[in-house]
Amino acid sequence: MLTRRIIPCLDVRDGKVVKGVRFANHAIAGDIVELAQRYRDEGADELVFYDIAASPEGRVVERAWIDRVAQVLDIPFSVAGGIRSVDDARAVLHAGADKISVNSPALERPQLVAELADAFGVQCVVVGIDSLRDDDGQWRVRRYSGDPARTQALAMRTLDWVVEAQRLGAGEIVLNCMGSDGVHDGYDIEQLRAVRDVCKVPLIASGGAGVTQHFCEVFERCDVDGALAASVFHSAAITIPAVKQSLREAGVAIRP
Amino acid sequence: MAAVALVDAGGANIGSVRYALLRLGVESRLTIDADTLRAASHVILPGVGAAAAGMARLRELRLIEVVRNLTQPVLGLCLGMQLLFEHSEEGDTPCLGLLPGTLRRLKGGGVRVPHMGWNRLRIERAHRLLYGIESGAHMYFVHSYAADVGSATLASCEHGGEFSAVVQSRNFFGAQFHPERSAAAGARLLSNFLEL
Repeated sequence: MLTRRIIPCLDVRDGKVVKGVRFANHAIAGDIVELAQRYRDEGADELVFYDIAASPEGRVVERAWIDRVAQVLDIPFSVAGGIRSVDDARAVLHAGADKISVNSPALERPQLVAELADAFGVQCVVVGIDSLRDDDGQWRVRRYSGDPARTQALAMRTLDWVVEAQRLGAGEIVLNCMGSDGVHDGYDIEQLRAVRDVCKVPLIASGGAGVTQHFCEVFERCDVDGALAASVFHSAAITIPAVKQSLREAGVAIRP
Repeated sequence: MAAVALVDAGGANIGSVRYALLRLGVESRLTIDADTLRAASHVILPGVGAAAAGMARLRELRLIEVVRNLTQPVLGLCLGMQLLFEHSEEGDTPCLGLLPGTLRRLKGGGVRVPHMGWNRLRIERAHRLLYGIESGAHMYFVHSYAADVGSATLASCEHGGEFSAVVQSRNFFGAQFHPERSAAAGARLLSNFLEL
């Protein structure tokens, strides 16, 4: 049986891992390779690296650290940040990443998703979505969320974009619920359930993990394929073995 | 000593496979040269992407007959394994025909495709390639097509139905998962292969 994945997310800026609350006031959390190895040893099923400054500044994610990570890591990892073309993606994949994740550039030019799927297969193509509920009750996507000063609200409804991204060739969706990100009150169950209903490819929950019970809750109630978290792991507020232990007790299929 | 050769057929995972071998202390050579492949002690055919593109690339490199006629241990990984079979439904693609069977799109059982993540092996037939790897070992899979369980199957896996996870016929071996990304169990499979 396919197991549910626990995925630490390492936000990278200038070759360092950073993570802030609600995407603001980033504080340095540690060396990339050091953290990557720590999570691998603790039983992480996969890692995600977001170069959070890449899209706003219009530059491609730097490759040097990807290669360093690929040398030491024997679990899969994906890289996000400023991938705007097939050539950008190829450079990242050839540096050793298993998947590439596109967010803002896919909103600017949705055809990018189709081009990436054609070039590398849907299994390499992750579409990351930053989503927030507006005053009218609709969830809508946000762009350039790595930089609070440049973050833009778009008219695109999150559920519509999830459907469209799959049609174009997304092999996996990471839904980052910005309203719950960094506040440790649990994943956005309501939004994730709504997205799950329209998402036929693997869906990864992001934003809100604070205690081990939140992971059980998101798997049991939202049927997501993986759960992503950052600050709670970086600060060791909770550990991956503790999360897996409580998932095992709850009867969720996981890798030991 | 003859080197371990990695067929440089454009698969994006080729760097990861090379690093996985380095972690085992083994240097490998990335090559598209027929003589280098024939002289290698072991040949690995990595691969990520679509079957038709994978076969087209081998044809372009004039490596189809070269790979078919290799006599040393050959290991296909993920798409590289799929290309060893007779045919793939993906793009209705004729493949190398070194293993019996056809690749079909995963479906049924309400499972999600691509099959992406860690899943358990079931050992179907003992083989030195699987030394130290038990039924229940978790490997990392990422694929949308799979081969039915058949005479070549060494280990199976289940995702909406059983399919071949590790295969062997003569000197040709294949793993549907990514051993280079499957932690200790994956490393064990690679080191077993290099011992063959």
